Amino acid sequence: MAEATTHTMSAAGAAAAAAEPAAAAKVETKTGGKVEKKLATDNVQVPNRIHTWPYLVRLEFICGLIIMIITTIWSITIDAPLEEPANPNRTPNPSKAPWYFLGLQEMLVYFDPWMAGVVLPSLIIVGLMVIPYIDINPKGNGYYTWQERKFAVSMFLFGFLVLWISLIFLGTFVRGPGWYLFWPGQYWDTHKTVALTNVDLPYQLGFRDITAQFVVGAILVLGYYPGLAVAGWAAFRKRPFFQKLGQVRYHILAMLFLLMFSLVFKVILRLAFNTKYIWTIPQFNLNF
Amino acid sequence: MAEVSTPPPPSSHPPHTPTKQGLAGFWEKVRESPVWRSMFRHGYADTPRNRILQVSSNVFLHLHPSKLPRHAVRVRFTWCAGGVTFLFYLILVVTGVILMFYYRPTGEYAYQDMKYLQFDVPFGMIMRNMHRWSAHAMVITVWIHMFRVFMTGSYKPPREFNWIIGVNLLVFTLLLSFTGYLLPWDQLSIWAVTVGTNMARATPLLGHEGPFADIVGVNARYDARSILTAGRLVGSATLLRFYVLHCIFIPIVASVLMIVHFWRIRKDGGISGPL
Repeated sequence: MAEATTHTMSAAGAAAAAAEPAAAAKVETKTGGKVEKKLATDNVQVPNRIHTWPYLVRLEFICGLIIMIITTIWSITIDAPLEEPANPNRTPNPSKAPWYFLGLQEMLVYFDPWMAGVVLPSLIIVGLMVIPYIDINPKGNGYYTWQERKFAVSMFLFGFLVLWISLIFLGTFVRGPGWYLFWPGQYWDTHKTVALTNVDLPYQLGFRDITAQFVVGAILVLGYYPGLAVAGWAAFRKRPFFQKLGQVRYHILAMLFLLMFSLVFKVILRLAFNTKYIWTIPQFNLNF
Repeated sequence: MAEVSTPPPPSSHPPHTPTKQGLAGFWEKVRESPVWRSMFRHGYADTPRNRILQVSSNVFLHLHPSKLPRHAVRVRFTWCAGGVTFLFYLILVVTGVILMFYYRPTGEYAYQDMKYLQFDVPFGMIMRNMHRWSAHAMVITVWIHMFRVFMTGSYKPPREFNWIIGVNLLVFTLLLSFTGYLLPWDQLSIWAVTVGTNMARATPLLGHEGPFADIVGVNARYDARSILTAGRLVGSATLLRFYVLHCIFIPIVASVLMIVHFWRIRKDGGISGPL
């Protein structure tokens, strides 16, 4: 050890190395909750900060090595798919988007394409970006906690795991030819047809007149948003949490919240009651 | 032994007297040579000074601080998800450049070049496999990274802006994967991209099947989708467009955002943790 220190190690460095307690130097290499608890009970003083070299660099090296080994073995054993040459005259049934967009393709069942394909994806991205600005809870910064931020964590888990991941699962494994529902393992009958009985919600509610349908649809859609958002502010604005949140942040939060749950309502209406749209404006090709 | 030694001559490279024999002596001589010492500014003895210099005098490692909070190396805290995502990006750059040597982005040659890569190019198949599977893996790990960052509340002040950069990187990861999906030019790619880009037809105002299309006056040849696909249908022009986006444009934008993303971690106070 001494041989390499001729020109590299200054007197100050040597003094610092000697001053470091032997016990602390030994436990510096160990991390983890159990170790830290033991150190606390044993009353061993350890430095709060550890050296990047070697403790982080070796972790990155080992982690990278494991990933490289897995990727290499995976690539040797499983070939990437290559189907027959592209043919614009032969449409496969079903035609599916890449798997990570199948949640969006699945949303096409429940919403008009302008909502499912354009507005909702854009609002998902914008909604993710505004999270730091509408979540004003200072707690839970830098550690895992459920108790201190139940609302934020439950909203994120619902949007990410329940909606995004399960819609991708549904679009990948449960949708077959004609975008009909097939259980995993069930034979994909390309001749399967289901009679199209989807009708708009105002019709199902008994309104046969086209103007009445328009008015009822407008009341339902505009009553949901922005109606519920405005009513929510009027009802709760005196509460301390809403005061702290402020009106601008509240309305962004309310819009994203109501939009997320509109997908849930549309899924239930569509799958359970064959409801197509709630409000249609055919003049502008605009359907909700 | 004399108590008083003469001071060394005033030289930055004092003459070295070898202490070891054979191969070890040769290795020592190399490390004491002016050439080696011009490249590496630190020794290898395990001292605090050398540990810091290993990081701060290395252009690749100086991305890191020379010291970290203890919890930063706990896998249960970080899940290594961000680093693994970056590693997959590096794998994709290396294998992607190799694939580019053998691939021509035209409707006439693209599929033939895929077959050429699979059956004739040495290591062509494993390069293509690694590129494909790493691309899928990167989409998954970038989601896992976002999940971890949300769960630890690491987007909270002062790291709000870095979260925005991260969301942009997530979008560009998906766009990279989506543009690459077309390049094999088989039935899977052309129809997946057809379905994916069909949604742009319904863009309000700008898509020819979307709301208010008649008022704006867009049609199938000139609307939001035809800008993406360079025409009414997914064809040879689309292939070239996606190829340039996939190999040049999006990687450059994503790389710049990654630089900002990594830099901001340091500037916003390093890895998040309990205060």
